[in-house]
Amino acid sequence: MSMIASLALTLPELILSTGALLLLLVAAWGGDGSSRLISWASVALLAIAGLSLGCANGVAFDGLYKADAFSNFAKALVYAAAAVSILIAPRFFEARGAMRAEYPILILLSSVGMGMMVSATDLLTLYVGLELQSLAAYVLASFMRRDSRSAEAGLKYFVLGALASGILLYGISLLYGFTGTTQFGGVATALGDGISHGELFGLVFVMAGLAFKISAVPFHMWTPDVYEGAPTPVTAFFASAPKVAAMALLVRIAVDAMGPATSSWQQIVIFAALASTILGGVAAIGQVNIKRLLAYSSINNVGFALFGLAAGTPDGVAATMSYMAVYIVMTLGSFLCVLQMRNAAGDAVEDIASLSGLSRTRPGLAAAFAIFMFSLAGIPPLFGFWPKFLVFDALVAIGLWPLAMIGIATSVIGAFYYLKIVKTMYFDEPAPAYAPSASRMENGLIALSAVAVSPLGYLAIPLLGALSMAAARALF
Amino acid sequence: MIQLIAFYLFAVMVVGSAALTIFARNPVHSVLWLILAFFNAAGLMLLAGAEFIAMLLIIVYVGAVAVLFLFVVMMLDIDFAELRSGFARYAPLGVLLIVVLAAEMIFAVGAWSAGSLALSQRIAPTPDEIPNIQALGTLIYTRYLFIFEAAGLVLLVAMIGAIVLTHRARGGVRVQNVWQQNKRRPQDAVRNINQPVGQGVEL
Repeated sequence: MSMIASLALTLPELILSTGALLLLLVAAWGGDGSSRLISWASVALLAIAGLSLGCANGVAFDGLYKADAFSNFAKALVYAAAAVSILIAPRFFEARGAMRAEYPILILLSSVGMGMMVSATDLLTLYVGLELQSLAAYVLASFMRRDSRSAEAGLKYFVLGALASGILLYGISLLYGFTGTTQFGGVATALGDGISHGELFGLVFVMAGLAFKISAVPFHMWTPDVYEGAPTPVTAFFASAPKVAAMALLVRIAVDAMGPATSSWQQIVIFAALASTILGGVAAIGQVNIKRLLAYSSINNVGFALFGLAAGTPDGVAATMSYMAVYIVMTLGSFLCVLQMRNAAGDAVEDIASLSGLSRTRPGLAAAFAIFMFSLAGIPPLFGFWPKFLVFDALVAIGLWPLAMIGIATSVIGAFYYLKIVKTMYFDEPAPAYAPSASRMENGLIALSAVAVSPLGYLAIPLLGALSMAAARALF
Repeated sequence: MIQLIAFYLFAVMVVGSAALTIFARNPVHSVLWLILAFFNAAGLMLLAGAEFIAMLLIIVYVGAVAVLFLFVVMMLDIDFAELRSGFARYAPLGVLLIVVLAAEMIFAVGAWSAGSLALSQRIAPTPDEIPNIQALGTLIYTRYLFIFEAAGLVLLVAMIGAIVLTHRARGGVRVQNVWQQNKRRPQDAVRNINQPVGQGVEL
């Protein structure tokens, strides 16, 4: 395959990286005053990259990179989440005098990394993509460098992320050493004739490294601290785009490269899924900070998404991808609501107690927040129920009844703390009212995501189902 | 014959300058001896046919690392006499390390001559017909171009990150404005006066 044809397949990454380099020049000359312009240009770039997704399908660079229905689906989610994280940032940072022109550029470069992750069909592409995404994320976590919590979050994320990278790299080197290739197809061929001890070790280490990136238990320890300390728009970004990318990467490597060893990784995924749903549910109960609570909520949700992968079937993978699609809408909606939590002086408040009586002071915001909470809990009329149903349906279809039943039981634990927030907002005595929301765009985004996860979302099932099924079929 | 002479020359120089790196009284001299050791190691690599590693040794180690060492040594205020004073105390540990290292070397040479490493059977054998700089270049700029460029982006992100997290614009600093300096003409800045005797100078 010629170089031009290969490059044409990587068009979304080319658009984003070239655009990011040009915007970096604009930032160098324009200074921080050009932040808004760069933000809008970045969103436009993400939209163009998203539109270019459908153009090409195929394998590029001798099997290093693959553009298929699966990568397109994941990239569309990643770009949408990245665009929202750019849109909500300027107002938040400007209020603190910390808006820098580099914020949208770092998110763009991180999106390039995430695009590489979901398109990777080689361990090298996987690793470089993951590092590009993570390195930008470490900087974003400590973006408000004068704030000690933000700096702490960045440092913690960096140290633990470096550890996870090391674990992943160790697994990759073992896989390469014992299979003799870094390509997913070659690894699958080598695993086809039985799995040796060395290969098993490699598989376990790769799984552990990736479990860190999706913050599945037992590699979740960093999540609450980093989510709490990082600036809220950055937290919204962490909870959405990189999660989708890492989950898609995990699905692809599990199915594409380790498909013949399904029984070996299945037990790891089942353990991680169960532990994440249980711990994500139980540990969230005592939280008083809304960002920490949403961190545990994301651990919990990743557990549910992993149930789909645990099934190891096309239906299961389609369910996981649908889950991630609905999950990012719910999560971004929740974080948009958290962004509105500002006291009369305009400072951000993060106590759950300050939400008391929100239904009387800000009925619209309370209703939207309640919709997101009910939806995250998976309560039926709302759209959050649908992917949970798909995931458990996939488990039942291969006869994993007991697992599905435990999973449903753990979702009840999770429902407790989601409902507690709704109770705080609707039935407690009003706390001091929040400052009125001044941003029409944020209100619009909240309304949009609330409509998407409301029962109206069921109208999207045929489209979402077809896209996620096509994505899953591309792997099997 | 010339190869043999070159090998012994480089080898003796490496060992000699490495020893002098340790024994030099002045830390700056130590670093200079270290640079000489790097150059001779690069020569050894050239003899072994690994010209790419030879160039890397000079560019990376001499060009960057050793210069960095030199800066650090010159900037830090280290009392080297005090550092040396613990020599007798740490000597047993040092001897132990030497024994372990020597044992490992003997072991490795034994394993090597037993021929069990089977380097010739590796999956990606070294090509004989083209120099290895060319071989690496062909791979990096064709097959692995995508990853090579992405690695460049990773470095760019690291650079942006360092600037975002540490750069601050300090107020009240006088910066040089080259354009304004060049715009200035003699008639704006120079004044010819005929100073009368006995009167003060008007500024």
